[in-house]
Amino acid sequence: MSQHQEAVQEFHPRVHAALQDSQIRNNFRKAMDGLMGKRQQAFADWDLEGLRDLGAAVRLRALSRLPELLEELEANLTRQGVRVHWAENGDQACEIIRDICQARDAKKVIKGKSMVSEEMELNAYLEEAGIEALESDLGEYLVQLAEETPSHIIMPAIHKNTDEISALMHEKTGTQPSRDVAYLTASARQQLREKFMQADVGVSGVNFAVAETGTLCLVENEGNGRLTTTTPSCHIAVTGIEKVVEKLEDVTPLLALLTRSATGQHVTTYVNMISGPRKEEEKDGPEEVHLVLVDSGRSSIYQDEELLDTLRCIRCGACMNHCPVYTRVGGHAYGTTYPGPIGKILMPHLLGLDKTRDLPSASTLCGACGEVCPVKIPIPKLLQRLRKEAVDGDSLRPSVVSGHGVKRRFLEVLAWKGWAKMHAHAGFYRLGTRMMTSLRGLMPSKLGGWTRYRTPPRIASKSFQQMMREHAQKSNAGGRS
Amino acid sequence: MNQARSNILRRLRAGRKASFALPRSDFAPVRDRDWSAAEKLDLFQQKIESVHGEVHRVPAQQWVPELLRLLAEKQLSNLLVSPERKPGQELREQWHGDLPELLAYDQPIENWKSELFNQVDASLTTCRGAIAETGSLILWPDTQEPRLMTLVPPVHFVLLEADQIYATFHEALSTQGWVNQGLPTNALLISGPSKTADIEQTLAYGVHGPAELVVLVLE
Repeated sequence: MSQHQEAVQEFHPRVHAALQDSQIRNNFRKAMDGLMGKRQQAFADWDLEGLRDLGAAVRLRALSRLPELLEELEANLTRQGVRVHWAENGDQACEIIRDICQARDAKKVIKGKSMVSEEMELNAYLEEAGIEALESDLGEYLVQLAEETPSHIIMPAIHKNTDEISALMHEKTGTQPSRDVAYLTASARQQLREKFMQADVGVSGVNFAVAETGTLCLVENEGNGRLTTTTPSCHIAVTGIEKVVEKLEDVTPLLALLTRSATGQHVTTYVNMISGPRKEEEKDGPEEVHLVLVDSGRSSIYQDEELLDTLRCIRCGACMNHCPVYTRVGGHAYGTTYPGPIGKILMPHLLGLDKTRDLPSASTLCGACGEVCPVKIPIPKLLQRLRKEAVDGDSLRPSVVSGHGVKRRFLEVLAWKGWAKMHAHAGFYRLGTRMMTSLRGLMPSKLGGWTRYRTPPRIASKSFQQMMREHAQKSNAGGRS
Repeated sequence: MNQARSNILRRLRAGRKASFALPRSDFAPVRDRDWSAAEKLDLFQQKIESVHGEVHRVPAQQWVPELLRLLAEKQLSNLLVSPERKPGQELREQWHGDLPELLAYDQPIENWKSELFNQVDASLTTCRGAIAETGSLILWPDTQEPRLMTLVPPVHFVLLEADQIYATFHEALSTQGWVNQGLPTNALLISGPSKTADIEQTLAYGVHGPAELVVLVLE
């Protein structure tokens, strides 16, 4: 187990720390309020429900034919000169990438933004093999300089404000302390340009992989993705197996949804569609292009028709931006690669419920995430399902998630069995309520987590049934007189 | 690694539920638009300007003087342009000594990487049309106008013919028959200059690509 995964288990202390950190709370609050407003504006003129229905339909159609589409994608890419690799888990994927680098004697890797590579902890793996891996997306670059992990899947450095970034860049790269964002950005451009020119291999993610044309679509604003996939002589794209879509036209609704949901943009600066390596006469582009398809638990999510909806995700981050929990505690509190609502329904599959036991319950089930999801993933419903999995609580179907039952406790099971019995038999019910009312003085004033934020419940001196009985007796008595 | 492939595919096939209820994919929300040519041009301009793109409408015969004016105004000392394409040829015909130097991308990147990255001020390319709804230019880089030509120089000029503006991306790729024709090594939508908001959501331009994108619309 990596450090990263162990950290997941210390969820509560991190949440408390984040809630006490006014800097973190201000940074997230400001950013998330802005993003919510921008998203709303971006969809103002749209038939948003129609578009979300289409987005969901496209993703579902792709998932319904997932194995066939992966084969079609592989066949088309291979025909076009791209080498396709398959990895069952993150370590295998890291190994594949390391081997490609070593075969080319590559020592310097430049990276475009890729959440799958974060999931795999690729940078650390490559560093261990003596290969430098440098992030080139500005936010990822800053996070890497700070030796942190991204706190948001779209805006990795959103937890930092300008002053913090200025200080970080000053300390690590020698820029002048400045609140001038244009200066800081231009300095990073200068620092990274050199790196682009020297890089032996570019590693990127993939937003959509189109089966029918064998095309990898990458969406970005900075141009670092294009530089990563064009300048070095070898490009390795890495993606989860669920990112495939059937047809090229399927990209159009997903693109319209992705950028507007993520940042309220009607489109990103660049939509980069790659279908092969450099051809004979072409003057630039990588001579080798590889695609690494990573499973890492996705095929087991696929086994369950309800949980499968998790795989529709197009990684826009709208669920985080709108989550009352995420906007208060920020991304690092979760301790997982994907934070926020999507992280809560995805990470239990990638790491096991035993290692993510608190994630499905870190939600108020307010439903905002499900309402804004561009592909209509019923996130609240999936959270409830995972809560049941955590206590093996669904008698209708066997638990399937790894680490299920982690929160099942003998006493709790007993209590609920008693509760069920009591509510199914009138005699037990009367006995139970009588005991509760007459023994109510024995209830402790502290009730664990409940009384940390709330006053303890007060049990009435008479049960409802008792009151009804007394009422009936009184009116009977009254009637006779 | 073939083991991984067969394991993954086997798991997917074994796990697939027969009861996939598939809703119909109705593309109307991303397809049906009813805009005139003038409306499309206006919308294209509005959208690309909203993301810091620059648009100049010029009569088709007048683009060279307009470009020269812009080169002087922006104080650019050289321009990368394909000598094989028509615009490059027209430009060369009307060129004279005291103008910025014309450069050509006539060798593989490996031979002049440092020059391209450090010494080229601007580039001029054609495009395959534009998308009104998102203010996007469609580019298919090729041997004459390679990929880095539109990315590395700080200023990128693009010639766009006004009648090549499609309403939506969906319309562009179906009208131009992308799937049947087969996609090139790299196809691009470019919508404005390179930008980032990674520092406290404050917009900054030219982070890795061009800081300026200038579209000359030929009417």
